[in-house]
Formats: sequence, structure tokens, C-alpha cells
Amino acid sequence: MLRLDRLVKTYKTGDQALKAVELEVPEGQVLALIGPSGAGKSTLIRCINRLVEPTSGKVYLGDTELTGLSSGSLRKERRRMGMIFQEYALVERLSVMENVLSGRLGYVGFWRSFLRRYPQSDVDEAFRLLDRVGLAHMADKRADELSGGQRQRVGICRALIQDPALLLVDEPTASLDPKTSRQIMRLICELCKERELAAIINIHDVALAQMFVQRVVGLRLGAMVYDGPPDGLSPDKLTEIYGEEDWEATIEKVDDEELETEAAE
Amino acid sequence: MPVREASGLKIWQRRTQRESLSHWALWLVGIAVFAYCWQQISAATTWFFVWDAPRIADDIWTRATPPKWEYITQLGKPIWDTLNIATMGTMIALVFAVPVAFLAARNTTPSRFFIRPIALLIIVSTRSINSLIWALLLIAIIGPGVFAGVIAIAIRSIGFCAKLLYEAIEEIDQTQVEAITATGASRWQVMAYGIVPQILPAFAGIAVFRWDINIRESTVLGLVGAGGIGLQLSSSLNVLAWPQVSLILLVILAAVVISEWVSAKVRGAII
Repeated sequence: MLRLDRLVKTYKTGDQALKAVELEVPEGQVLALIGPSGAGKSTLIRCINRLVEPTSGKVYLGDTELTGLSSGSLRKERRRMGMIFQEYALVERLSVMENVLSGRLGYVGFWRSFLRRYPQSDVDEAFRLLDRVGLAHMADKRADELSGGQRQRVGICRALIQDPALLLVDEPTASLDPKTSRQIMRLICELCKERELAAIINIHDVALAQMFVQRVVGLRLGAMVYDGPPDGLSPDKLTEIYGEEDWEATIEKVDDEELETEAAE
Repeated sequence: MPVREASGLKIWQRRTQRESLSHWALWLVGIAVFAYCWQQISAATTWFFVWDAPRIADDIWTRATPPKWEYITQLGKPIWDTLNIATMGTMIALVFAVPVAFLAARNTTPSRFFIRPIALLIIVSTRSINSLIWALLLIAIIGPGVFAGVIAIAIRSIGFCAKLLYEAIEEIDQTQVEAITATGASRWQVMAYGIVPQILPAFAGIAVFRWDINIRESTVLGLVGAGGIGLQLSSSLNVLAWPQVSLILLVILAAVVISEWVSAKVRGAII
């Protein structure tokens, strides 16, 4: 469904953020991308929808090659890729409803969107999604009145109303507390299953990734160093991805933490 | 941050010895220049007029008080003109300032090397000339009257508003723009959803702030014949009608106080 072919990104400063990354994501697969800060995780998913222009290499979404598209056709393809951000990236001064509906911008014309006259079907879908994530009563609130977890739910709705085939998720839990993090990850993975969406989730919390996804890809200095099931992440592998650290203790501690939160719930 | 060691103790000082010496020298030069200038100005001043000043000021004060209250009936129209000059001028300025600001902001300009410098030139050139001088020029071109005043205020305000607005545009949160772009929105939609909501409070603040300034500026435009209460002020000054002058100044003061109050209210409401 998504295929990256020798994707390279070199920044103007000369930093090579991605070194010929090869990756294939089949339909409906949820994949976690782990790696230390600066490994190129954000760059990778931004190169897919070309918020960052890749230096070379190809990106195939279905049968369409994305890196060579004109800006008009790129906009059409971006509609098929929903994106969820670390700091939620909601338009703070707009209402929850407006933020959700902004996911339809690629489908409606300028004046319709400017005058907020979205088709009724879009509004229905927005209410359905808000209801699904438990925020139907918040539709009229301004986005900056919401808590972190609520904002991220709105961000999820905005991505899903695009009717995407693929979700690009950039550190969805980095600004959230442990409990909300788990809830958000669970919600994302459930929704992906319901709608048979593929997803690439950037995440630096290894334990959280292991809990929810089917496949983990490890990135180090712009190169893939691990690709496999979540339980194949041995301390040796983690050392290869992140560097030397006492991983045994970390993994064990993670299990405890999990039990604690489960008990607290 | 020099640290020096003396008998086993680490002594920290804010400046090194050389730095504090040059600091001291700079102060010495500064004071010397000030003293010299003082002397020069003093030599070029006719001190008789200065010593005389309190007496003259007292004389004018007695002539100007009490204000000629019945004159107020003739001030309604001019102060209304002044308010209109300020308001219309601000509105016209904003119409032009918004596109100029988008062309000048680094993150929205279509071309950094060609269009941005032109936009910056517009900002600098309209800002650098005082509205009184614009009014003088415009009176020569389109004749005296309120219209010349409106245009003078408008031109002067374009640069001011555009500069503050483009700084606001450059300071927006880029991730919100990214998020809107990622939905497949067009360039104009990104502007309407990603940028405009973020700069709207700044825009409203700038608009009322400039309107407030323009009320003060438009009170003097009449001095050169560009309409408003300044016209009355200059004719009263010409015939040395001090009681009228004092009343006009009171009316201007009231107008400015009211405009300050309004703009404070509006700004408070937005933020």
C-alpha cells in the first residue's frame, strides 16, 4: 500500500537525515517507528506527504508515485494521508467543529470553506467522529479550552474525516501523561482496525509501542536497523537503536508500570 | 566571566580588569562630550528670552483662561471631521497594509528576493514621512480639504500597520500551518485556516492602536489646511484668540482620552 524506495533526505546544512530508507507497509498494518531523537523519524513521515521534500528516492502510495507530483495532484493525494501531530497542531482560535471540518479542506472549494458552508454529509461525519472519540458535547468549544488528551482526540478526528487510507502519526503521546498516552494509542489502533487503515506511528516510548502495534521499525541516524515484531526487541537490539543502556531493567520496570496503571484504571 | 585565584580562593568578578578600565574610559568620554555640548548650546542661547519665559507663559495663561465656552458650538463639525479623517484613513490603510504584510512576511511572501524587498520598500517609505508632510504634498496635488487629510493619514499608516502585521505573521505557530497543509488544503485555504485565525488578535490590536494614534495626528493636519479641528486651531492662533485656543485644546484632549478609552476596551476584549 505504501512503499518507500531508497528515500534520502539531506538538509541544506549537510545533515543526512535519511539514508536510502526502504520500507513497505501493507494495507491495514499499524507500524511503530522508534529511535532516538534526531534519528529522522519525523523527517521520514514528513517526506511521505512532502511537508518536507525528499532529496531523492521514491514514495509510492498505492500505484501513485508521490515525489514527482505537481502541487495540484499532491493536494489530491494528501487527502488520502491523515496526519496526527505531537503538539496536536489544532488551530487554537477555531472551534472544535471547525478544526474537525478542516480535515475536509482538500474536498471543498475555497469559498465554501471560507464561509464554513460544508456539505451536510461532512457535518454528519464530523459529529459521528466526535461522538466516537467521546467529544460530541465539546463541538462548540474553542480548541484552546481543551485538555491535552481531548485536543489529541480532535486531531484524530481531523485526520480521519479526510477518509484516508494511511495515517501518519508523529509522536502522538509525547505531550501527554502515561494514562492518557495509553488511551490515545489504544484509540488510534482501534480506529485503524475499524477502518482498516495502515498507520506509521512515530513514538519514543518503546514499551508503549510494544503494547499496541504489530510491527516495529527502528531507526538510527537515518538508517533502518530493526524491522520485526515488537517482542523481537531484545536488549541487544535496543542497544543498537539507542546506544548503550541497561535495557533489562527498563523493560522490567515498564512491565511494573503497566500493571500499576492497569490497577489504577 | 573572569575568575582569578588568590591564596587558594576563587574570586569571581563581573568584568576583567581590562573590561572595567575601558568601561570607565567610555563613561569619562561620554561625560566630557556632554559637558562640551552643554557649553556650546549655552553660548548660542539668548538667555534673556529664557529668563523671560515664565513671565510670558503666565501672560498667555491669563489671556487663555477662562476658555471661551460659547465657541464650542462652532467646534462640533471640525471635531467630527477630525474623527472621520482618522477613521477613514485607518480603514483605507488597513486595506492596503494586509496584502503588503503578507508579501513582506518571510513565511508567506511569494518571492524572497524580488517581491519581499518591494513590500519592505513600501513599508519603509510610507512610514518614514510624517503625515503632516504627506498632507502638505497632497494639498498641492488634490487641493485643501478633508480628503487630502484622509489620504495623508492613510498613506502614513500603511507602513506602520503592515510592519506590525508582518511581524505577527512571522511569529505564528508553524505546526498549525503544517497541519492544514497536510489535509490537502490549497494555498488560500491554508491562509484562511492556518494563518488568519492566528493573526486576527494582532490585527485587531494594530487597527485600534493605529486609529488611536491617527486621531491625535489628524488634529494637527488642519494646521496645513487638510481639514479637521486643526483648521480652527490655526485660525485662532493667527488672530491671537487665546480663549478659543484653550477651548480647542480641551476638546482635542477630550477626543484623545475617549479614543484611548475605546482602544483599551477593544484590546481588552480581544485578548
